[in-house]
Amino acid sequence: MLKNEDKIFTNIYGANSSEISAAIRRGNWDSTKTLLSKGKDWIIEELKASGLRGRGGAGFPTGLKWSFMPKEVKDRPHYLVVNADESEPGTCKDREILRNEPHQFIEGCLIASFAMSANVCYVYVRGEYVNERYSLQKAIDEAYEAGFIGKNACQSGWDFDIYVHHGAGAYICGEETALLESLEGKKGMPRLKPPFPANCGLYGCPTTVNNVESIAVTPEILRRGAEWFSSLGKPNNTGTKLFCISGHVNTPCNVEEEMGITLRELLEKHAGGVRGGWDNLLAVIPGGSSVPCLPADLCQNLSMDFDTLKELNSGLGTAAVIVMDKSTDIVGAIARLSYFYKHESCGQCTPCREGTGWMWRVMDRMTKGDASIDEIDMLQEVTKQVEGHTICALGDAAAWPIQGLIRHFRHEIENRISK
Amino acid sequence: MSKKILINGREYEFEENLTLIQALELTDIEVPRFCYHDKLSIAGNCRMCLVEVKGAPKPVASCHFSLSDLRPGPNGELPEVLTNTDQVHNARKGAMEFLLVNHPLDCPICDQGGECDLQDQALHYGINKSRYKENKRAVDNKNIGPLVKTTMTRCIHCTRCVRFTSEVAGTEELGAIHRGENMEITTYLEKGMSSELQGNIIDLCPVGALTSKPYEYHARPWELRKTESIDVMDGIGSNIRIDSKGSEVMRIMPRYNEEINEEWISDKTRFIWDGLKTQRIDTPYIRENGKLIAVSWDRALTLLTKLIKKTDPGRIGAIAGDMVSAEEMFLMKKLMEKIGSNKYDCRQDGSILGNQYGRSSYIFNPTIAGIENADAIVIIGSNPRMESPVLNARIRKRWLTGNLNIYVVGQEHDLTYDYTFIGDSPKSINLKNIPLNGSKNIIWLLGDDVFLRDDGMDILSQVIDCAEKTGAIRDDWNGVAVLHKYASRVAGLDLDFLPQDEKHTAQKMASSSEIELLFLLDADEIDAKNKHTVYIGSHGDRGATNADIVLPGACYTEKNGLYMNTEGRLQETNRAVFPPGDARDNWKIIVEISKRVKKSLNYTNFEDVRAGLRKEYPIFTNINHIESDTFQCLDQLSDQKQKLNGDAFSNTITDYYLTNSIARSSKVMGECSMQKNSIEIKNG
Repeated sequence: MLKNEDKIFTNIYGANSSEISAAIRRGNWDSTKTLLSKGKDWIIEELKASGLRGRGGAGFPTGLKWSFMPKEVKDRPHYLVVNADESEPGTCKDREILRNEPHQFIEGCLIASFAMSANVCYVYVRGEYVNERYSLQKAIDEAYEAGFIGKNACQSGWDFDIYVHHGAGAYICGEETALLESLEGKKGMPRLKPPFPANCGLYGCPTTVNNVESIAVTPEILRRGAEWFSSLGKPNNTGTKLFCISGHVNTPCNVEEEMGITLRELLEKHAGGVRGGWDNLLAVIPGGSSVPCLPADLCQNLSMDFDTLKELNSGLGTAAVIVMDKSTDIVGAIARLSYFYKHESCGQCTPCREGTGWMWRVMDRMTKGDASIDEIDMLQEVTKQVEGHTICALGDAAAWPIQGLIRHFRHEIENRISK
Repeated sequence: MSKKILINGREYEFEENLTLIQALELTDIEVPRFCYHDKLSIAGNCRMCLVEVKGAPKPVASCHFSLSDLRPGPNGELPEVLTNTDQVHNARKGAMEFLLVNHPLDCPICDQGGECDLQDQALHYGINKSRYKENKRAVDNKNIGPLVKTTMTRCIHCTRCVRFTSEVAGTEELGAIHRGENMEITTYLEKGMSSELQGNIIDLCPVGALTSKPYEYHARPWELRKTESIDVMDGIGSNIRIDSKGSEVMRIMPRYNEEINEEWISDKTRFIWDGLKTQRIDTPYIRENGKLIAVSWDRALTLLTKLIKKTDPGRIGAIAGDMVSAEEMFLMKKLMEKIGSNKYDCRQDGSILGNQYGRSSYIFNPTIAGIENADAIVIIGSNPRMESPVLNARIRKRWLTGNLNIYVVGQEHDLTYDYTFIGDSPKSINLKNIPLNGSKNIIWLLGDDVFLRDDGMDILSQVIDCAEKTGAIRDDWNGVAVLHKYASRVAGLDLDFLPQDEKHTAQKMASSSEIELLFLLDADEIDAKNKHTVYIGSHGDRGATNADIVLPGACYTEKNGLYMNTEGRLQETNRAVFPPGDARDNWKIIVEISKRVKKSLNYTNFEDVRAGLRKEYPIFTNINHIESDTFQCLDQLSDQKQKLNGDAFSNTITDYYLTNSIARSSKVMGECSMQKNSIEIKNG
């Protein structure tokens, strides 16, 4: 279990005030100038050494991502865009950061922008996060007033501005290029890649899009050192992570834990255990609604990290653990996710636009047992036809839960059909 | 920079700036596609053109993947692209199946049937049965005007139409609303489209979602005889294909010509065909007791012969209209000369632009394709959007690529691109007002309305003076560009179909009593008073209504003929159908008249006429060629003392859809005009 002194987010439950004075007492904005004075290369190298992997779901090494930005600012300005469009069902970690730890986050924005030679940072906040937006804006105003950001931020000589933009509540705008489109005032539809944002992003300028949590942990990593962060967790899956535990547990919660903690320990130590006891566990979706579910027998000694879950054909995603006990209608649950993806598909590319609706309709019938056995294979084929053939990952996200269901609960669908 | 790559195991070398689909096209490997179109931006949304790239985790859309993004293998192997693997086949099959799940199986009643990309590609890339058991999606049809019929259930959301309207037409009228499978292409508030180029979305639509409303259920593509020809609705001579069935023109489609119209045509060009069938003069008429009565050819010609014989040759005149071919003007001129008159004019609008300063003073010297090399355009007294929508789209295309300054002297219009307004009168044409510093390839675009003014030639002279001072006239660039509205004007000037004396211009001949007998060769835009008039033409419009003798002729889809477009490029029309009833080719009518008056023009067939024309005017020899001219005579013009007056420029096209006799006979053009006017009334 993660020791208290190793926690990065010390006010994640909002026990203390989110105001600047309280944040400074907690250690935010401490020696930021010194960190900046060590230079861009040092920051990026330190982050690389820490092994921090992106907390938005894909798990791409953050330091490496930052190093893709052009070294020098040429004719186009650089931008940092923070993806606070947290809409993945089951995920609510960024919400708590924006609410209770906004200064930790803003400090991270400053450091990240400085490291990537960006003078401007945009934060794209999910449309439904109204109070979070207010809280963030208040913190930004405080930071401006304190001189931590703005002209000559923290007396570092670096000018830094931060703008909050709120979305209109579309899941797809959490996809990094759709987010950029939306931020530019266009319809939130993902762009074709390449070119990648580091080369041609917001307004055609070099841009890095990061998750809120990835940005918020950077000041602490730099203050305490890459070695400290990489000593936590497992190799290639270092550090701490905010887990969002929801579903059939006794006390659903957000909790910061070490990467690689076992699922059972996570649930029993922090969430009061599975409703009706560990043996009552049916399945777990370990990383937010888009990753395939895992049945109870694979969860016994399950280590919660990127690589282990990938090996099991699932993923850590945003670490939003959705727990389902044996009372769950697992087919219905996955069908509901299919509906979600059908509803949130942007409609730009064919496989996702047509495939998500098709998959949902078949899933819907299967929930009621109104299908034939060979349709299970057909459904599997359809998910394969969607997966990997779309512009963005939403197609994959719609296909994976169904693939997970068919992989592990095929008998459940067959039982219903034959009833 | 060129780059070597392997395609299906064979090595090729391409320019690095190509996309994969372009490279594959060069190797003749067929890549299916719906959304990709080489004149539009890349959308990459249909997912039909997926190919496998060695080392890439997923198949890539070849339409947007650039060769420069291909990476060599880990040991420096050439990047490899595969188009015939199972992965590729399955990806395409999958995309095709998804496109078809919500596409109705109504091909038998769909106008696109037989020329449908979806139909064709489903045959090659689809699977033979449907696995989709759910209900298909139904989408409400949208009323977007009198030209484009929508059947939105058939839409496959390729967004070609949206990209066309916003990029090429520049009107931003179409867009997609809603999300996911509920996405719909619409004009948002279901209003009619206002673009003059909207018909092109019918061609662009790969399925039957957008089809031609006037052509609805008229014919199947395999029944149509296709004739390659050119258009005469405006001065640029868009290349067209006339599709006919039996004796009727069923529709008009664009033909690709990068030099002129790329692959677009204007709505007037495309939808004019119903006007070819209405108000046609199919038999000769003569006026008796104030009324036109139908008579035989013999009687009409006998009467005409009598008239010619009893009229003093010096009091006979001829006016050529805006859609006649070079051969017809050539013969008319010959006839007049044989009769003994030198009073003829091809400028019924009253233009004073002559040919005395050489060809480069009256053609579009920089050429239409040359617009793409311009870095500044000064538009003087012209509304190119109305006068030539396709040429205007070319200016917009150039403007979209950036670094183009456009200045307007004259009336302000919505030209679909931004411009700087300099002033409304010729007094504004001087280099002090127009900031052209640093521009190299400047186009000085003059509308032909400029020459309706008394100071027209002075304006031309002033413009040439400015052009010379800004270096826009040099060996490799001549920026002086006259944009003609009329298809026959440049040929008329080349043929010298012009009066010897200023007293005998078209308008003066029409109004003065000096002329007693006036031939109107397809000339409908002029009122002749106090004289006998003979109308030779195709439509019962203004010219025929007031004529004393009406001789039915052929219109441009019914004859072979040479035309010079505004660039001075020679092109020819080809006969798609025969003229209706007793109507005859105009050249035959003129030759017949010459025989009757015993001044015979010795031509027995059309080839003779053309050979005769070419012998006297060799400029009409090379099809699709622009005869270059020395620019020296421009110097004379620039040296003239200019007397510019302060009157504001005005543009004569008030209704784009009704500019000639064919258009005025067309019901479809009438509807378009009504819609446009009602929009204008609504908008105040």
